[in-house]
Amino acid sequence: MKVGVVIFPGSNCDQDAVYAFQHEFSCEVVTLWHKDHDLQGVDLVFLPGGFSYGDYLRSGAIARFSPIMQNVIEFAGKGGLVFGVCNGFQVLCESGLLPGALLRNTSVKFNCQNVFIKPQTNNSLITNQLDLNKALKIPIAHGEGRFYCDEQTLASLKTNDQILFTYCNEQGIVTPESNPNGSLENIAGICNHTRNVFGMMPHPERAVDADLYNTDGRGLFESVLQLASASR
Amino acid sequence: MTEQVSQKNLATVEQAQQLGLRIEEFEKIKEILGRTPNFTELSVYSVMWSEHCSYKNSIVWLKTLPKEGDKMLAKAGEENAGLIDIGDGLACAFKIESHNHPSALEPYQGAATGVGGINRDIFSMGARPIAQLNSLRFGNINHERTKWLVKGVVKGIGDYGNAFGIPTVGGEVYFDDCYQINPLVNAMSVGIAKVGKTVSAIAEGVGNPVYIYGSSTGKDGIHGAAFASKDITEDSAKDLPSVQVGDPFWEKLILEATMELLETDGVVGMQDMGAAGITCSTSEMSAKSGTGMKVWLDKVPMRQADMKDWEILLSESQERMLVVVRKGFEKQFEQIFEKWDLTYAQIGEVTDTARVQYYMHGELVADIPGESLVLGGGAPVYHREYEEPTYLKEIAKFDIQTISDVFIEKAINQNQKSAVEVAKALATHPNICSRNWIYNQYDSMVGTINQSTNAPSDAAVVKVKGARKSIAMTVDCNSRYIYADPFKGAMIAVSEAARNIVCSGGDPAAVTNCLNFGNPYNKEVYWQFVHAIKGMGEACKRFDTPVTGGNVSFYNQSSDNDAVFPTPTIGMVGLVDASKPHMTLDFKNVGDTIYLLGQSQNDIASSQYLVSQHGVQYSPAPYFNLEEEYALQQAVKKAIANNSLLSAHDCSEGGLFIALLESAMYRGLGFDIVKSDESLRNDAFLFGEAQSRVVVSVNTAHAANLEQIIAGLGVSFQKIGTVTSGDLRINGVSFGTIQDYKTPYQTALTNYLA
Repeated sequence: MKVGVVIFPGSNCDQDAVYAFQHEFSCEVVTLWHKDHDLQGVDLVFLPGGFSYGDYLRSGAIARFSPIMQNVIEFAGKGGLVFGVCNGFQVLCESGLLPGALLRNTSVKFNCQNVFIKPQTNNSLITNQLDLNKALKIPIAHGEGRFYCDEQTLASLKTNDQILFTYCNEQGIVTPESNPNGSLENIAGICNHTRNVFGMMPHPERAVDADLYNTDGRGLFESVLQLASASR
Repeated sequence: MTEQVSQKNLATVEQAQQLGLRIEEFEKIKEILGRTPNFTELSVYSVMWSEHCSYKNSIVWLKTLPKEGDKMLAKAGEENAGLIDIGDGLACAFKIESHNHPSALEPYQGAATGVGGINRDIFSMGARPIAQLNSLRFGNINHERTKWLVKGVVKGIGDYGNAFGIPTVGGEVYFDDCYQINPLVNAMSVGIAKVGKTVSAIAEGVGNPVYIYGSSTGKDGIHGAAFASKDITEDSAKDLPSVQVGDPFWEKLILEATMELLETDGVVGMQDMGAAGITCSTSEMSAKSGTGMKVWLDKVPMRQADMKDWEILLSESQERMLVVVRKGFEKQFEQIFEKWDLTYAQIGEVTDTARVQYYMHGELVADIPGESLVLGGGAPVYHREYEEPTYLKEIAKFDIQTISDVFIEKAINQNQKSAVEVAKALATHPNICSRNWIYNQYDSMVGTINQSTNAPSDAAVVKVKGARKSIAMTVDCNSRYIYADPFKGAMIAVSEAARNIVCSGGDPAAVTNCLNFGNPYNKEVYWQFVHAIKGMGEACKRFDTPVTGGNVSFYNQSSDNDAVFPTPTIGMVGLVDASKPHMTLDFKNVGDTIYLLGQSQNDIASSQYLVSQHGVQYSPAPYFNLEEEYALQQAVKKAIANNSLLSAHDCSEGGLFIALLESAMYRGLGFDIVKSDESLRNDAFLFGEAQSRVVVSVNTAHAANLEQIIAGLGVSFQKIGTVTSGDLRINGVSFGTIQDYKTPYQTALTNYLA
């Protein structure tokens, strides 16, 4: 599988993603420069975390206008696989590839810690191999991660099975206390209606290396590789 | 062809004094130049000869610190940061630096730019930063101004470091009244480079072009170096323009562009623009190479119109770099700058005149021998007088007999406090409770190298990608001990840093220091400085951890307050063999046996317990013996190497009880221990801070094996109890359960700051 990791100015989790795909899952990885228009024939576009263009306006608000994003939007429109984590998720919402928005955390503070998330469906590229009854320990690191959308959008997210992850406690129970940022209904990750664009605030690429003593994120990558190779 | 330097605005001795120079220094400048300097030249001398840049009041003593070691790749002060060989063709660059004065006035920007500056010191050597730490000191936590400072500093460090994208993996914070006016903000960065691919701050090759790149230059931070070299007064608020403004986004772009420049063969030398801006980088780089430099100030990209020549020279606008380019590589460099959308310009060239010559619109506005400006050259060097502080007499008067002991079972008299109550109070003490309110605001996991996130250890352990090894790193300084006894206290600071690394399974390698003191012209302050340096040197020699460099911050005192506690913060790195997991601090299983390695002492001196529970401000430094400490660390290393230990955690603030509590808390376990020595005071046993003690746990089946390993190493050890499923018991008396402590411990700081 060939993965393209987009690099915006200010991206800072790009090399973590490259490392995870390359070293942990033996994928072919190319980096896609924000000023370019060439997706180099990748099977999956990965939008990494960071502070694209400094995020001085609103997270992801500038990145959506970058040259490469025009091609990513076109790619997604044709059914291409696009996966955004943290700032990547924010960019996807800003560019309209995913519904909703990511607002400032209710704590009004940047928050980096391990949290638990629970997969809500197996019907997606990144969750198909996951145990729906098991809470995954995945780190978050963001100041603007509060997922929000209007009631209508929320209803359609539910109807179409687009909610992929919700914040929960260690036992897998979704509680208000386990919501780290005030996200609507504890939503941590979603996909689009056509199920080819995925976004989540927690960082699965930070939980794949056994040297860091937490490999709960591996299941997401294994899901991606499983389904992507099956579809080829 | 002698060009005439501008004779406009010739400087006066009054101006020199206003810029912080002394009368005799002004005379020395006239002597060097053979004429009266103009105002621009005077400005250049004033910043270069400031304490901040010249180390004029400290260098005599800094030179006494041990600098030799088989891993050293650069000598202290020779490069922007320390550099050691970590094997596999890799080098580790690391340094700690203060940003105290700016943070006192503008905590957010002051702290943010401190983080920016220290990271530039690392990547300007060709090393990519991989981890950051910080060491913070604030005044009384119940004071509103303290809360404002804490929130500003933490947000400043977080916003800058998080966006820059390097994990903050460790740190320390203390609250004490002595830091009420002068908080301390010390930031450390650690980077990795390939051996032989590092860069020096040199300007070789006559005719080589000199480029500036990064942000454009504005009027911020002018005379920042001079500002950092005086006491904080009521007028300091007028110095607000001396505080710079940081932009981590630019820093990130500069980092990536710099890494690309280094992949070419075109970099001759580079230096970041720190204190004293263009002045400092151009003069230090040329002086180091014995060359000169012509600089056309009007070519510098500027943020605002009509900047004066001296403003451009002294501006401390952040996120700027100076690079000397090998002739012929200009085009390639410019392409890299443009790829990263950086502002850049060629502003000068290397000459053979041994002078720095600054031009403005064709006019020579300053013409100075470079050597005369810099440390090790013409910058002044002073031997300051010192005398023993009078407060030490108060300290010597302390008598432990006047302090009534705590009771565990029942009180003998009504003056006695209950050990359980004291334990609960200490667990929420601002200097002991969890720092999660702070570190959760830092991205500690970006870079996917932090091995301590899910396996907590006394020092932070980070993985070096591409090599089978990890680096342990820590910052340590209990300044109360140093106040009580600068010599012993500084030895303790070094020892604690080494102990933290050893308890994490590492081998201490080298030190960087950040020496925060009061006014060096105060003889008592200077006595503290001299004795702290002596103690530090002594301990660094014993642990074979040379001092690779660092930073001195004097003048941490206000005119109407005493100086801060002498705070020589130790940043230490060590190597961890990554062929097995590093050592962690948490108890693992119910029933495991707990040992205390090292000797309990009848000592409560300078403990958080003594200060907070008995209100005693003056007491000696706690018990410490360098040889016992060394032996203890060797024993811990040996036990770890033999796979005997399940956990190791050193006793520090709050003593044995807090060490046990921290080891138990991570997995929600408890402990049942016994104090068997009747001659020991209860408070000394539980809360005393006598040094050189480590709590370890071991599988009970392997306990005999551990005893065998340690026996004969000259280290006392004692089986003190077992790990429980959550109950805390001491001498059979219930101290509650771990849950009684966990939430208060974890939420205390949040509550204080609310």
